[in-house]
Amino acid sequence: MELKPEIGLLRFTTAGSVDDGKSTLIGRLLYDSKSIFEDQLENITETSKRKGNEEVDLSLLTDGLRAEREQGITIDVAYRYFSTPNRKFIIADTPGHIQYTRNMVTGASTADVAVILIDARNGVIEQSIRHTFIAALLDMKHIIFCINKMDLVDFSEQKFNEIEADVKSLAKNVGARSIHIIPISAKFGDNVVDKSENLKWFNGETLLHLLETVRIADDYNSKFVRFPVQYVIRPQSDKYHDFRGYAGRVSGGKLFVGDKVTVLPSMLTSKIKSIEDFGNERYDAKSGDSITICLEDDIDISRGNMIVPSDNLPEVAKEFNVMMCWFNEKPMLAKGKYILRHSTNEVKAILSSINTKLNINTLEEDTEDKEIRMNDIANVTIKVASPVFIDDYKNNHVSGSIILIDEATNETVAAGMVVK
Amino acid sequence: MSDFKINTNHLKLLEDEAIFVMREIAAQFERPALLFSGGKDSIVLVHLARKAFWPAKIPFPLMHIDTGHNFDETIEFRDNLAKEFGCELLVKYVQDSIDQGKAVEEKGVNASRNKLQTVTLLDAIEEEKLDCAIGGGRRDEEKARAKERFFSHRDEFGQWDPKNQRPELWNIFNGRKNMGEHFRVFPISNWTELDVWQYIMHENIKLPNLYYTHKRKVFERDGVWLAWAPFMELKSTEVVKELDVRCRTIGDITCTGVTLSTANTLNEIVSEIAASRITERGGRADDKRSEAAMEDRKKEGYF
Repeated sequence: MELKPEIGLLRFTTAGSVDDGKSTLIGRLLYDSKSIFEDQLENITETSKRKGNEEVDLSLLTDGLRAEREQGITIDVAYRYFSTPNRKFIIADTPGHIQYTRNMVTGASTADVAVILIDARNGVIEQSIRHTFIAALLDMKHIIFCINKMDLVDFSEQKFNEIEADVKSLAKNVGARSIHIIPISAKFGDNVVDKSENLKWFNGETLLHLLETVRIADDYNSKFVRFPVQYVIRPQSDKYHDFRGYAGRVSGGKLFVGDKVTVLPSMLTSKIKSIEDFGNERYDAKSGDSITICLEDDIDISRGNMIVPSDNLPEVAKEFNVMMCWFNEKPMLAKGKYILRHSTNEVKAILSSINTKLNINTLEEDTEDKEIRMNDIANVTIKVASPVFIDDYKNNHVSGSIILIDEATNETVAAGMVVK
Repeated sequence: MSDFKINTNHLKLLEDEAIFVMREIAAQFERPALLFSGGKDSIVLVHLARKAFWPAKIPFPLMHIDTGHNFDETIEFRDNLAKEFGCELLVKYVQDSIDQGKAVEEKGVNASRNKLQTVTLLDAIEEEKLDCAIGGGRRDEEKARAKERFFSHRDEFGQWDPKNQRPELWNIFNGRKNMGEHFRVFPISNWTELDVWQYIMHENIKLPNLYYTHKRKVFERDGVWLAWAPFMELKSTEVVKELDVRCRTIGDITCTGVTLSTANTLNEIVSEIAASRITERGGRADDKRSEAAMEDRKKEGYF
């Protein structure tokens, strides 16, 4: 059986606040695609009744923790799964209250597509700007805007056209890659799974159909191929006495047996002797593949090193800029020292300067305010104790992303995307 | 396979992700162990670990928390598997925790040692000085699990704090911890029950015969068929019958529901799962105890 991962799995994140009907939309997708099981439905029907709701509250499907059900809120990123005969979907569902930025950045970091809800009555508001900005910052392959609650604006084409124009100009402003705009009613199911009778003037696809068909394959022709070494495999057995393999996951583009490669940070060069995959002989490996590489030459390589094609090296940097999102309740310390994780590498880091802080509701830059608190996004300069091997985030998400860890609490306090 | 089109394209991505996580475990922790129950999810974990470190052996032991209420086949399968793949096997007994007075046997007809396993597990983690326990938990299994991280931090009491979890971005996993704390890591977090079965079929992974149809003495309780064992207490209305069944999950015998089925091959099982309208945990009595049963057990340190 041949595996073609490029059409099989789509990860998307959903953005919208409590009142936008986001949980209802997800519930609708699960329900209409028949992904809800009888015992789950029985369970939420009973809970809805007990709470005195007349209709089945589909949001109960996604809000899993006791406190969430009691308070009717979503605390954290929740992952949901559903399949159609064409694709498997992973939804990172992020809540819409105060810790929003932190959660959406987290949810979007593993997603290909962002689905952003806009209330048709209100059109593009501050939070739509924020959601779109974050989706573009995390470099989503597609952003799908669902103009929801069309039922409350009499399914008006004119209303939709107004919002569509605003969305297009916003998306252009924040540098979004590819956008799609769909009028829907999550509550009644219009254009979610089935084509709406009420929105006949709309010629586009339904949300589910778009999710099933939108192109998400990595660019295997990308020149930014990176192989961060995770683990060195040295079997202590007679049969594989001299085996020395470097285990890791290819990111961006493809590697071939015979490729000339450079090892960072040593800068030593060699050739790929073999690509090992559980006894299967392979000639190439592409972005996303977990493999083991053997080289022609005996070079000292360990975890945190990076194997890259010799004709396209990443920047070997001791100081660089990132767009950083702060996650922790404790504000960022100016000139603070943190542990920086970059792919499989870990180094000490100092936040040497805060360049601009961004108001993500208005997209205005502020160069005066240097106080970075939870959910803030800022352009900062980071200095590291030993070099890291970086690319612009837009060129490679693996070599272009970092997290910061507080040395005292071990908590992940920030995430950053490398910008040049 | 009737009207359900099997799509296996996504399995490769799920496998690549799980192998990546396995390697992060070996790199980031000093003393990890793979929690092995003899169930299909932990058998898949062993397969993924073999792939991750091939041609070397799996660089951590398997650990079974044995309730003593097992299907005999599970134990035999476990021992053979460890031998075949050259894995070190640690077995920790719930009976020992009971004998030491650390755990108290539940009473009544619904008595189960499922919850007691937590005590034995936490003791074992301390005794073996483990800093990471690898589990086969999946986010689709249960709604409290939907909030779980790949790398899930546990405090020095083994507790999970769902409201204060570390954000997990891209594929950067933060396994840093203080002395006495540990991690639970779930490499197949993003798999669904159907993914697991399709993968087993795709990779031709050997499973205990319990997963295939067989004749077994069973009885019905609260709408769920349970396997009968001599030590189980029956209500007066419950009747033991011998039927064609198979297990959809394998856990402690006292709380594992069985499915009436004549599915004899992986192909038939996959079709059956694909057509099923009830989740696999819908057949587990341990989750039926209350709406937040899993959340409560997990907070205390359950798998």
